[in-house]
Amino acid sequence: MNISRRQILILLPAAAVAWKSVLAGTPETASNYTMSDHWWGMLIDIPKCIGCGNCVRACQMENDVPDGHFRTWVERYHVSDEDMTNPEVISPDGGKEGFPVAEEDGKKYFFVPKMCNHCADSPCTQVCPVGATFIAPDGVVLIDPTYCLGCAYCVQACPYGCRYIHPTKEVADKCTLCYHRITKGLTTACCESCPTGARQLVDLKDPKDPIHEFLKTHPVQVLKPQMATGSKAFYNGLDGSVR
Amino acid sequence: MNGVEGFMYPNEYALQWSVLIVLYPFITGLVAGAFILASLERVFHVEAVKPTYRLALLTALSFLIVAPLPLQLHLGHPERSPEMYFTPHSTSAMAMFGYVYLWYLMAVLVLEIWLDYRREIVLLAQSSKGLLRIVYSIMTLGSWNISERSLAIDNRVGWIVTIVGIPSAFILHGYVGFIFGSIKANPWWSSPLMPVVFIFSAMVSGIAGVMVLYMAITKLRKQSIDVHCVDTIAMYLFYVFIIDFSLEMLDLIHRVYEADESFRSLNFLVHTQLYISHIVIQIFLGTLTPIILLGITQVVHLPEIVRKRIYATAGCLTLIGIFAMRWNVVIGGQLFSKSFLGYTTYKIGLVSKEGLIVAVFLSILPLFILWALIKLLPPWPASSTHAPAAGD
Amino acid sequence: MSVLKDAGHLFRFAGLFVLAFLLFLVIRHFVVPPSFGQYGHYRGAAMGEIAARSVKFAGHDTCEACHVDVADAKKAGKHAHVNCEACHGPQAKHASADDPSAARPQLPDSTALCVRCHTASAAKPKGFPQVIPADHSNGMPCDTCHKPHNPGMDAGGAK
Repeated sequence: MNISRRQILILLPAAAVAWKSVLAGTPETASNYTMSDHWWGMLIDIPKCIGCGNCVRACQMENDVPDGHFRTWVERYHVSDEDMTNPEVISPDGGKEGFPVAEEDGKKYFFVPKMCNHCADSPCTQVCPVGATFIAPDGVVLIDPTYCLGCAYCVQACPYGCRYIHPTKEVADKCTLCYHRITKGLTTACCESCPTGARQLVDLKDPKDPIHEFLKTHPVQVLKPQMATGSKAFYNGLDGSVR
Repeated sequence: MNGVEGFMYPNEYALQWSVLIVLYPFITGLVAGAFILASLERVFHVEAVKPTYRLALLTALSFLIVAPLPLQLHLGHPERSPEMYFTPHSTSAMAMFGYVYLWYLMAVLVLEIWLDYRREIVLLAQSSKGLLRIVYSIMTLGSWNISERSLAIDNRVGWIVTIVGIPSAFILHGYVGFIFGSIKANPWWSSPLMPVVFIFSAMVSGIAGVMVLYMAITKLRKQSIDVHCVDTIAMYLFYVFIIDFSLEMLDLIHRVYEADESFRSLNFLVHTQLYISHIVIQIFLGTLTPIILLGITQVVHLPEIVRKRIYATAGCLTLIGIFAMRWNVVIGGQLFSKSFLGYTTYKIGLVSKEGLIVAVFLSILPLFILWALIKLLPPWPASSTHAPAAGD
Repeated sequence: MSVLKDAGHLFRFAGLFVLAFLLFLVIRHFVVPPSFGQYGHYRGAAMGEIAARSVKFAGHDTCEACHVDVADAKKAGKHAHVNCEACHGPQAKHASADDPSAARPQLPDSTALCVRCHTASAAKPKGFPQVIPADHSNGMPCDTCHKPHNPGMDAGGAK
């Protein structure tokens, strides 16, 4: 990720505020964060992903994700040029410790990081019986852990498999787009730790966000477009074989 | 990965909805079906099934009382379930549960039972002693009026309640079908047919359940089974079963014909993990066999004894088959990955909160409640003039 | 009025319903959280609670504010876009400590760290720098020859 001068001018004041709240020890939402100014999404650049698993580890550390459950994970695809409908896919422990070395065999390999797509028309928030999961005014789909019954209906309704029931808290859990970070001007833990810039946070309401330019000039896809979920996780270079 | 074949999204390995969630639609299905059988006499004047009228209502009540229990045991935070009453989410089919259940329990079942039994309740309140006297007195709600006029009003109101109760029963169980049928993420569930299939299979299970219970209880009471009654019930069971089977076959044929992206994965599932529960138990043992058995009794005149044996067998097989159908929907729908590239297995616990022992207990509990209700509100007159017929 | 006399029990039954409903309304008033419905069908206060969770990765801007020399070295080389905590792990504790030098993080072990990204695999993008570790360095720690912050051998990053 090349940091331009413009980006530093934007990021530095935000960082200063973030730094202050980090130093303060009891972080609170930065006072200059207005929800309606933002509409968050993520860009995932497939050709850049090397399957190192940094994002999965960073997410686990940042969000105390329980073992065996994943707020984000990486899948490795192995696709023949003759048959796109039958890929071999692996995700050993979600890709947390990377992947085994692959041998060259003339077929196509690539990595696909996955996460909550923070759908604008999310089926998961539609089915929640009590209003424990919702889309915030800034576009992040969140779960209220004090209100959730743990019925798991939302887990069934998510087409992407990004939700799980927390084993000890017994409520639904999933990627929060590091809401506690992005509201303080930081980026998500997964984007922060990605060494190749394969994951980039994007604010679709910010005209100065550099990812806008990328979205305008590259063909991007979403997962399972036929589900019409209004997914806001955009993929560059997503192969047709990806499930 | 233990029990996982192929590729599944990492969060999909463990099933979210257990055998208790299989039990819940089975139980509410019995409730709805039993009520429909009761309404046959009350609204459609099928006099032949009158001997089972009160039993059907009490059966429905016993099962309805148990119905919320599997759900409460499944929830991560059952203490928060009142939230469904305080802040139900209008876009969620599951949010309906609280109100539909309460409506059906109080405004349909309890009201109808109370209206039908009110005369006996008042009489029993006057004739019994001790704790029972207090219980009956409370049930009178302080009104001791059992004049002709008041009973006629009860009858009229009860008729209206039954009329309202029929669509209420459909909603009580149909919404469960919609809970599954409206999930676009799961192709095994997502179908507009799902609520309809659920309702018809509920009717089948409820009718069969009351028939079997009637025969079993009558035998235990050493009374004779009203053959004309069970003949009529069996006839209705047969016809509703035909409709139910047609709907399920329609779903199957449609699925095979369209062969969408999920077909290969689901087809493999049905031929491997779900083979016994789906093909053998649900279809052959639980649907085709009872239909053929009942069909035979409809076209060939068989002696009473043989007919009763067939009804009992068909009834039990039906109940097993409908349970298998719920199992195949709920568990089956979670055994394959939404990537259509892999499968997992359902490891049912033995002593855990959602395990086998709890499931068996919850299945038997309604029978104990029914026994208590029968004692409290006897469906039949105390003495009977019929000696048991041979072969009962 | 004899209708009422003979239907009195029905009114009592209905009365129970009305009572229960009123009781329900009263309970509901006390039980539903105050911020519920503020922005939609959920507890409005939830967002603030989630946003108040503690941060574990400080973010590279925070690191670079102090470690200017490292930041400059990195900017010149191949690891320019690799953020500090991608290798050093979460450092919010270190950055927010009263005395950061007392809370110094442990330096990562290059033998284990570098191979996570740079082990050659047919699965990785072709243009990405990758080696077979055994052939390349025969067990020697990577930082024997490569400066981690500016690892390129040609662009002045060699040791």
